[in-house]
Amino acid sequence: MATVSVDLTVDARGLNCPMPIVRTAQAVKGLASGQTVEVIATDPGSVKDFSAWAKTTGNEIVEQTADGGEFHFVLRKK
Amino acid sequence: MDESLNLVLFSGTDDKLQAAAVLTAGAAALGKPVNIFLQYWALDAFTKAKVETKLALAPEAGDEGRAAVDAAAKAGQVSWAETLRQAKDLGTVDIQACSLSMDILKLEPEDLDPLVDGTEGVTAFYLNAGDGQVVFI
Repeated sequence: MATVSVDLTVDARGLNCPMPIVRTAQAVKGLASGQTVEVIATDPGSVKDFSAWAKTTGNEIVEQTADGGEFHFVLRKK
Repeated sequence: MDESLNLVLFSGTDDKLQAAAVLTAGAAALGKPVNIFLQYWALDAFTKAKVETKLALAPEAGDEGRAAVDAAAKAGQVSWAETLRQAKDLGTVDIQACSLSMDILKLEPEDLDPLVDGTEGVTAFYLNAGDGQVVFI
């Protein structure tokens, strides 16, 4: 679980590519700059996908953990 | 990432439309505009009569491929049409019917699912594509 405070959580467990990113991007659209979203995903592609998405969009991954097939990310909106 | 992604969809099989929808949603999530041009059997798949129906797969899928795709759908995989709806909601995705294909398939604008934004010719498609990549599926 996230150790920093989050403004919103996206539960993307069980969703296949590209839905974890799509749901996250939709959620981030509704946030103000500096707010954070936590994402929980099981898609094994999500580690590279979130990294690429953050790099391209300028949003920041502030926390990333993997535990038993679940991937947790905390992202901060640019 | 301002350069557009431009997809020419020709095939109306479920698997190719799903692949195209995934490319579109990924681009939309990255803020990349997407222009989609629908020709022939892809256009037919975007008709109100077919958009939510079970479509054929590419020939190489075979029986095992059919079973795998059916199992994924049953497990809750989002359909290609729904993936495109979400991509449109998220980013800039413009879907246009090829006017020649409309004519050949004897389709009217009201026959098409609301996912389709309009009808255009190939020249308009290239104009909108600009220097962006063009991918044929």
